[in-house]
Amino acid sequence: MEKVSLRDAYGETLVELGKEDDRIVVFDADLSGSTKTAKFAKAFPERFFNMGIAETDMMNVAAGMATTGKIPFVSTFAIFGTGRAWEAVRQTICYPNLSVKIVCTHGGITVGEDGASHQALEDVANMRNIPNMRVIVPADDVETRQVIRKIAYTEGPFYVRLTREKFPRIFDENYKFEIGKGHVLREGEDVTVISNGVMTSFALYAADILEREGISIEVIHMPTVKPIDTELIVKSASKTGAVVTAEEHSIIGGLGSAVAEVLVENYPVPMERLGTPDVFGRSGKGWELLHYFKLDEKGIVEKVKKVLERKER
Amino acid sequence: MITFEPSFFTERNRDIDDVTLRAIAREVRKDILKMTSEVQSGHPGGAMSATDIIVTLYYYKMRHNPENPKWEKRDRFVLSKGHVCPALYSVLARTGYFPLEKLHEFRKIDGSLQGHPDMKKTPGIEISTGSLGHGIGAAVGMAMGLKLDKSDSKVYCMIGDGEAQEGSVWEASMAASHYNLDNLVVILDNNNLQIDGPVDEVMSIYPAMEKWKAFGWHVIEINGHDFKEIREALDEADRVRYKPTMIVAKTVKGKGVSFMENRAEWHGKALPPELLKEALKELGELV
Repeated sequence: MEKVSLRDAYGETLVELGKEDDRIVVFDADLSGSTKTAKFAKAFPERFFNMGIAETDMMNVAAGMATTGKIPFVSTFAIFGTGRAWEAVRQTICYPNLSVKIVCTHGGITVGEDGASHQALEDVANMRNIPNMRVIVPADDVETRQVIRKIAYTEGPFYVRLTREKFPRIFDENYKFEIGKGHVLREGEDVTVISNGVMTSFALYAADILEREGISIEVIHMPTVKPIDTELIVKSASKTGAVVTAEEHSIIGGLGSAVAEVLVENYPVPMERLGTPDVFGRSGKGWELLHYFKLDEKGIVEKVKKVLERKER
Repeated sequence: MITFEPSFFTERNRDIDDVTLRAIAREVRKDILKMTSEVQSGHPGGAMSATDIIVTLYYYKMRHNPENPKWEKRDRFVLSKGHVCPALYSVLARTGYFPLEKLHEFRKIDGSLQGHPDMKKTPGIEISTGSLGHGIGAAVGMAMGLKLDKSDSKVYCMIGDGEAQEGSVWEASMAASHYNLDNLVVILDNNNLQIDGPVDEVMSIYPAMEKWKAFGWHVIEINGHDFKEIREALDEADRVRYKPTMIVAKTVKGKGVSFMENRAEWHGKALPPELLKEALKELGELV
């Protein structure tokens, strides 16, 4: 599969949106080259605001500007946007339900060499716990483009998690992203695997491997972590009777937690979560780190076998 | 009760004298004390230090429309020190944003007047505040947005002196100057008292004027209870170009009631019924 850049897709989509609509404004905190908002800055300098290394202020300012009828996109690295600036996001963006679109790059372990300080493994959890906030973790560039367009014209705040690393392209032009909807990419009988971000491509690999061993898994791509697609999760879990979640994020508070919440209240089945196990990251190459933390097809296969054992017990 | 037609407020710099402003401020202070005492909760001290400034903004300076709170041409006011909202709620009610009886809803369940300003629940609130240090950033964003629209509306914002200990206040101050926001006026309610005591003992923000000057602001110091000085400072800010203006207003916490003045204990504590009576008497109410 061809590897593609989600952040480039973001930057390019911003420029397209900027051409179509002069309400689109963009904020960055001295990382515009990395987040790719520099593309927008070049095309529309008067609508691009570099706020310096001051993420808290950037969120407050974007919120204030949203009250004047603009549609602000705000970008920085995921850990700063969702960690450093968390309380400004809560107080000034989410509490008044303002249309500020927080799109952060450098989410997850694939930040790579910069190490733990820069690897956001908590960002989805940080944003998911705030009322009014919706959280989306796209898998590739095709999906990213659609997500950015969709959230621009949907009222209220969003958090979109993008990455530094390029990921395999898994969607074609027939794909249609909808907020709050999961996608069954492959039907199966024995175990449901629910994933997002780069983990969806690994889930598809894992499905091939397991099929050869006679295990049939249903692969659900779940880009929207909040609001989560309860109906689809319950429907699939009631068919397969076992669920594995896979995400490039801590197992605490992210997709795994969101799915667990749905299952425990609606249709409890054995479940396993794949993610980083409540630890900080470390330096290394992005793909090297994914394998180090077993955030790959092997990790998924392992979890599927473990949950199958529990299911059959 | 001193009332004006909504059309009175739609032009700036209105013809209103100090005697009238003082009389309105007295009513606002009574509202603050009654609202907080009714629920035995809220922040009367800082609300009373902020009163004269907020009254001058809404009755003399700002262009606004109580009948149409989202009027496009309006000037905006952001109460960054959101806890002193009883003063703002009273002024909004008295200028006609909502009926005076609503003041009884303050801090009550199902009420429209939350403990800290909520733009979704209360007409006339421009942005929800409460957690200190954020409102000034939102005010900066509003000022930037209005400039982008080539609007001549202005943004006024009040911050507390304790609030100035938050780093985000300085992030916002840097940005306001960087983006040459001459449509932004921030007023520092400098009553020098915060919950734990005097600001200079808890964590000094001084010299405050020099700090904002160094950040590139036009800085004016006034007595925040002298209507002439408040008015002149706000007018002076109109003439400043390419810089935001900071008005350092020397104020008195609990202003207007002798036994509340300059006492940190009335930061977040309401008057009990017997003291309320006494306070209202001092403010000229027949009780």
